[in-house]
Amino acid sequence: MKGWLFHLAVLGVLAVLAVILPAYHANNLARVLVLAVFATGYNLAFGYTGMLSLGHALFFGAGMFGAALPVTLWGWGGLPVLGTGMLAGGVVAAAVGVLALRTKGVSFMIVTLMFAQAGYLTLIYCNAVTGGDQGLVLPGAARQVLGLDLTQDGSRLWLALGIYAAALAGALGLVGSRFGRVMLAMRENEERSRMLGYDPYTVKLKVLVISGLYAGLAGAAYGVFFGYAGAGFATVQYSILPMLYSLLGGAGTALGPLIGAAVMFWLIDFASGLTNAYLMLVGVVLIVVVLFAPRGILGYVRERWLPWLP
Amino acid sequence: MLRLEGVSASYGAVTVLRDVVLEARGGEVTCIMGRNGVGKTTLMRAIMGLVARQGRFVLDGDDLSALPAHEVARHGIALVPQGRRLFGPLTVAENLEIGLMTRHRGRAVHEQVLDLFPRLRERLGQVSQTLSGGEQQMLAIARALCLEPKVLLLDEPTEGLQPSMIAAIREVLLGLKSTGVATVLVEQRVDAVLQVADRVAFMGHGTVAEVVPGAGLRADAPRFAAYVGV
Repeated sequence: MKGWLFHLAVLGVLAVLAVILPAYHANNLARVLVLAVFATGYNLAFGYTGMLSLGHALFFGAGMFGAALPVTLWGWGGLPVLGTGMLAGGVVAAAVGVLALRTKGVSFMIVTLMFAQAGYLTLIYCNAVTGGDQGLVLPGAARQVLGLDLTQDGSRLWLALGIYAAALAGALGLVGSRFGRVMLAMRENEERSRMLGYDPYTVKLKVLVISGLYAGLAGAAYGVFFGYAGAGFATVQYSILPMLYSLLGGAGTALGPLIGAAVMFWLIDFASGLTNAYLMLVGVVLIVVVLFAPRGILGYVRERWLPWLP
Repeated sequence: MLRLEGVSASYGAVTVLRDVVLEARGGEVTCIMGRNGVGKTTLMRAIMGLVARQGRFVLDGDDLSALPAHEVARHGIALVPQGRRLFGPLTVAENLEIGLMTRHRGRAVHEQVLDLFPRLRERLGQVSQTLSGGEQQMLAIARALCLEPKVLLLDEPTEGLQPSMIAAIREVLLGLKSTGVATVLVEQRVDAVLQVADRVAFMGHGTVAEVVPGAGLRADAPRFAAYVGV
C-alpha cells in the first residue's frame, strides 16, 4: 500500500508539472514520459528478470512503424494505431524471443543486437513503404486521440502522462504478483529456479513479450505524438538508451526508468547549451553516479531509506 | 522409489560418473559418502538433469531420463544444493512462495513446512540474505519441501553450521522418514551419517562402489577409512 501511495504521489507531481510547465519543457516532459514507458518495459526484462537485450530498438521501431504504416497506407486514426503499434512490438518481441532465448548472457545480447540490426536494415531497404532514411511524416488528422489534438504541446503531455501512468500501474502490478516473484527468482538464480520447477525459456519469453508490448506502445506513441516515424529509431542507440535510463535511475525499481530518462534528457539538454562536448560532461556524471550509487539513483534511495520501494 | 541404472555424467570431455547404480527408497535416508572430487555433487546434479547425463533414472515407474531439470522437479525430485542458493533479496515468505507456486496444495503445505521449521515462521518478513547460515539452510530445505517431493536430495546440508543447527536439521530428516519421502544425503561427517542413514552408498572412482545398511555400521568401520579417508 505504501508503495502504491508513493507512486500515486509521483503521478500527482507530474500532473502539477503538466499544468505549470512552459511549452518548451512541457514538450520535453512528454518526450521523457514516452521514453520512460519504453524504459519501464525494458526494465521488466533487464532489471527484474536479468535479460540484457540489445534488441529493444527493433521493438520500439516495430511499434513506431506499426502505428505509422496504417496511417499512411489506410488512413487510420490516432487511437487504433497506438494499439497496432503496441501489438507490433509484442509480436516482434515474441518472434525474436522464440529464437534468441535459446541463448543466454552475452550470446543473448549479441543475437538480439543482430536481430535489431537486421530490422533496421529492413526498414531502410523497404524504403518504398517505410520512407527509408527519410521516414514518414504523419498528417495532423492522424494525430487526434480521444479528442486531444496531439499537435499541441499541452494535449501531448496529458496523454503521455496517462499512458505512463497505465504503464507504471501495469509494471507495479506485474512485479508485485506471483509471476513477479518468479521473474526475480530467474534474475537471481536461473538454475535454482529450474530446480523449483520453472522453465526459464517460458518465463523469459513471457516477460520479453510484455517488454515488447511496452516498447511497441512507446514507439507508437512517439510516432503519433511527434508526427514522425523514422528508421533511425530502430538503431542500436535506441536499445542502449533504455538500458542507460534503467541503470541510471535504478534497475529493478519501478520508477527508476522515469528518473533515469528525466535525468539523462535534461542533463543532455543542459550540457549541450554549455559546450559542444556535452557528451563528455554527461559521461562524467554517469561515471560519478555509477561509482557512488552502483544500483542507480532510486536503487541507492531504496537501499538507504525506502526498502519497501518496489 | 528412485532407481538409477548405468548412469554416467560428464562436464565437456571429462567424465565424472561411470555406470552408477543406486536406489533411494521411500521413507529411508540413503547417504552418499566418498572423498572430495569423487562425483557426489555431480551425482545430485545428474539426478536433477543439470549436467549432461546418460543412463536410466526411474521414479515410481516413470522414466525421467530425458526430462529437463524443471520437469524433473515437477515429477517430485527436489535438490537442496551445496551453498544453499537462496533468492537473496526476497523475504523468507517469498522464497517459500516460489517453492509453492508449482504445487496445488499451496497453503496446507506452507503450514506443514513451517511447523517443521518454527524459527522460519518468526522470520517470514525478513530478507533471506540477512538470515544466519543455519537459518538459510533451513529455508533452503523448507523451500525444497514446499515442492512436496517424493525424493529429497541434500548436498552437504550441515557444512559450516553450528551443532544446534545440525541437530535441528537431523531431527527434520528423521521426521521425514515417516512421511515416505526418499532422502538422498551427501555428507562427509561420519557421526552425522550414522545417526540418520538407513543405507550408506560409498563412492570411489566416479561410481557407487558399495551400498551397505546403516544399522550396524560403526564409526571405526574400515569402509570409512577406505572411501572417505577418516
